[in-house]
Amino acid sequence: MPASPVPDSPVPAGPVPAVNTVAASTGTAADFALTSTGLTKRFRTGLTMRAGSDQLAVNRIDLAVPSGSVYGFLGPNGSGKTTTIRMLLGLIQPTAGSHTMFGMPMPDHQARALPLVGSLVEGPAFYPHLSGRANLARLDAADRTADPATARARIDAALDRVGLLAAADKRYKAYSLGMKQRLGIATSLLRPRRLVILDEPTNGLDPQGTREVRVLIREIAADGTTVFVSSHLLAEVEQVCTHVGVMRAGRLVYQGPLAELRGQAGLRVRSPKPDLAARVLAELGLAGIRQSGQEVTAELGAMLPEVICERLVLAGVPVAGLETPRRSLEDEFVQLTGEGFDVD
Amino acid sequence: MSTEDTSAHPGRWLQLAGPGRDEWPGARAHPVPAWLRFFNSELRLVFGRPRNLALLGVLAIVPVFLGILLRLTIGTSGGPGGPPFLNQLAGNGVFLALVVLTLTLTVLLLPLSVGVVSGDAIAGEAGLGTLRGLLTVPSGRTRLLAVKYAAIVVFSLTACLIVSVISLIMGFILFHVGSVTLLSGTTVSLGSGVLRVLTVALFAGAAMASLGAIGLAASTLTQHPVGAIAGVLVLTVASEICDQLPELSAIHSYLPTHYWLSWDGLFRSPVDWSGIEHGLVSYAVYAVIFVAIAWAKLTSADITS
Repeated sequence: MPASPVPDSPVPAGPVPAVNTVAASTGTAADFALTSTGLTKRFRTGLTMRAGSDQLAVNRIDLAVPSGSVYGFLGPNGSGKTTTIRMLLGLIQPTAGSHTMFGMPMPDHQARALPLVGSLVEGPAFYPHLSGRANLARLDAADRTADPATARARIDAALDRVGLLAAADKRYKAYSLGMKQRLGIATSLLRPRRLVILDEPTNGLDPQGTREVRVLIREIAADGTTVFVSSHLLAEVEQVCTHVGVMRAGRLVYQGPLAELRGQAGLRVRSPKPDLAARVLAELGLAGIRQSGQEVTAELGAMLPEVICERLVLAGVPVAGLETPRRSLEDEFVQLTGEGFDVD
Repeated sequence: MSTEDTSAHPGRWLQLAGPGRDEWPGARAHPVPAWLRFFNSELRLVFGRPRNLALLGVLAIVPVFLGILLRLTIGTSGGPGGPPFLNQLAGNGVFLALVVLTLTLTVLLLPLSVGVVSGDAIAGEAGLGTLRGLLTVPSGRTRLLAVKYAAIVVFSLTACLIVSVISLIMGFILFHVGSVTLLSGTTVSLGSGVLRVLTVALFAGAAMASLGAIGLAASTLTQHPVGAIAGVLVLTVASEICDQLPELSAIHSYLPTHYWLSWDGLFRSPVDWSGIEHGLVSYAVYAVIFVAIAWAKLTSADITS
């Protein structure tokens, strides 16, 4: 498997490109933009040293974010998403566990990996008295690997991409909430990235702004960049994600392709002969058969509905109706995270 | 170009495979010194912040007001008392700078300015949330601290030089200007006198840079810049009070503020450098200790702001 593609640059090419040998190394770990093993964070609450007073913010999570995926990191507020992101970015030290970026063990290779990562952590934060452009210039200046010669062009390209070019010279404090959020996203677009981590990028945005962020995420992903986006609102990221990880009270309770989470379809058969129908379904090996009145429900599993229908009819079951209701993602989600989105 | 040994360039194949693409980020060392770019950005931040400019403005106005005030009062009563060098002021405007420097140091104007800038250095970024942005760039924690302290040193020297230069100008405008009579009674040329005053300004700048290290350390301990700034000022006042108590004479020379005004040796002939030397050693020790504390704290801290 070749190394992840280098996204097309929005600016003219810089001088001689060089390859990051570690990042380019092959191996299974490199197929994941991000992995973690037993990542744990325990915050000491208060000044006491008692272990009982500690708060386990993140509890042994094993993330696996495939290269090129759009990974929705979901969970209610307070479930440990931001703490996880802070650990991934080296802002806080894990209490236990480890993680890798592009196959490179962290935090040893942090100086190498992080320039390949654009991030927005816990909302936008900028100098209020500086303009949007000056704020981006400040961050670019702090990057020892950024090319000063292309800074101006890269900054303008990033501002243009989030639609802030017209407001580039306005002071940050005069920005609306949506503009602030977009400037935050612009920081992750200052250079071509292999991974973009966005923590609650739609927070505080109106539906229009939320839609814009979704479009932006799609565009970033279209360049081949892996996107790791956290949200407490499933609906906001559901449409763009290829993979999801679901956090609940510090634990990663589900992780996998979105399609799999969605794939738990059921089967509902209406028939005047429900007993017979139930027997046929049992013969077909379907699980979770339940009968109520004229209705029989079961889990569809890998079975095709048209095959089931044929067998029912051949067995002499009058089929008045046959449905394969998919449980909504929202239902799955609520089941995974508990009673909805309240803090556990 | 094609005959070049490609083994020295592990990335050459990539260049051939993808011409017209941007550099691989994070892979190439830059010919332009990146630290200079970051340092420039930090200086622009410190000297572009309206609040810091206001502080420097106040420091620039003090010599003007003080000069006018002294010009009006000294004409009538040139008697003893008041800060050192006040008596010489009527004789020579050069001494206005020394009076103003002494006052701005002891009434905390200079320590306040440096306390604000140094206390804000890390805590301010943490409070705004920009610290996490800088660290995820990644700027590097040690590198960030080095750039921050370098900017504090520049600000300290600038503040002291502003006070001194404007005092000199005001002194020249308001008072008699000519050859300078030293404390030892010897007379030296005006140029030599100005040079001595500017040396005092640099010495005061070193004192403030050392105080700035304390502020920087305080700044890594909190997310609230006001706390760090207050800490610096409380420490300064406490040190100055302790320095006045004869019961504590054993520790006087270890106090951070002890040598702040020990530059009168410069105005003797021959020049007595011992006060300056002791001061610089004391400032250097304080700076090293507190920058080390700041480094230990920042490089191990969880950034949760």
